[in-house]
Amino acid sequence: MKALQSVLLALALMVSGVAAADVGVPHLDIGKGGHCVNDPKFMKLNHGDLLKKQRYITVHQGVIGRYSLINCVNCHASKVNNSVLGTNSNFCQGCHVYAAVKIDCFECHSSRPETVSQTLKEVAK
Amino acid sequence: MSEINRRDFLRGSAMMAGLAVAPGMMLYDLARANQPASSAVRWGMLIDTSQCEEGCDDCVKACNKENGLPGKTGPTDEQWIRKVELKNVKTGRVTSLPMMCQHCAEPPCVDVCPTGASFKRADGIVLVDRHLCIGCRYCMMACPYKARSFVHEPLHDQKPEVPRGKGTVESCTFCVQRIDRGKDITACAEACSKAGHKAILFGNLNDPNSEISKRLKEVASTQLRADLGVDPGLHYEGL
Repeated sequence: MKALQSVLLALALMVSGVAAADVGVPHLDIGKGGHCVNDPKFMKLNHGDLLKKQRYITVHQGVIGRYSLINCVNCHASKVNNSVLGTNSNFCQGCHVYAAVKIDCFECHSSRPETVSQTLKEVAK
Repeated sequence: MSEINRRDFLRGSAMMAGLAVAPGMMLYDLARANQPASSAVRWGMLIDTSQCEEGCDDCVKACNKENGLPGKTGPTDEQWIRKVELKNVKTGRVTSLPMMCQHCAEPPCVDVCPTGASFKRADGIVLVDRHLCIGCRYCMMACPYKARSFVHEPLHDQKPEVPRGKGTVESCTFCVQRIDRGKDITACAEACSKAGHKAILFGNLNDPNSEISKRLKEVASTQLRADLGVDPGLHYEGL
């Protein structure tokens, strides 16, 4: 009986293990990636708030900070379609489709990186 | 040791030598970039209508290119800057000049905005925060200069530095994306001097040593509809 119990327990664990792997985070194309401005776990939880704060500082005070949407897109646009949108593996769309949270950032903002102007490059140094 | 950040250091070294880091761009421009807009600066323009050539629309083209505008002139198309030709019917004298947002010190568009989307920055630039704009278009009606446009159609492929979108109001920003990155000349002023007219002079009205302040002290200029008391940042010469 005890042997049967342990077999069942092991099976249950295996099944849940498989299930957990299946419902994990979507496989994202993170584009160029590299060092994010913060720890990725922190960014996953807080990028919305950071962007909201940054947008006020940028629009009203004219300070282009490290949490700018341009920075996000420049690093995380897929190398396949040069965008953070398009398919469910693209960086922004992938997670937001999975989490069923609608984003309207890209109705106005560009979802593609552009060869940045000379001024931007100079300042970024 | 007292804290010296990179920008203060740059500012100090720029004072010692106005080093050019790129054509038309000095080191002290970099030092000011990414500092919050301050009321020590008030951006303004002086437009010399005697230098503005009839039929030339280089400033309009440059604005469209810089800000990703379609460049159409229909009643529902977005226009941030227009070329206007005025004719005195009695004398026949024709004056050509660019018209755009006058960046008023007392902007009526800001007074009427119900959401606080229309606002004046500390450095005098009047902008629309499109995150807050609900598209009611009160500001368009309040503006005595007809400077604002409404975006009627969905847009695609906007420029990363100039986000624009359907359902919001927009107007000339004095190329704020350039100013915030330390390049203190608007696309229209740059294009005008490139074309050899030098009709648009852009600069800091609060700095008595700036080129624009010195020139305003010398020549007779006027603000459009000065009687309204909105104190525009644009001054016109030769009207």
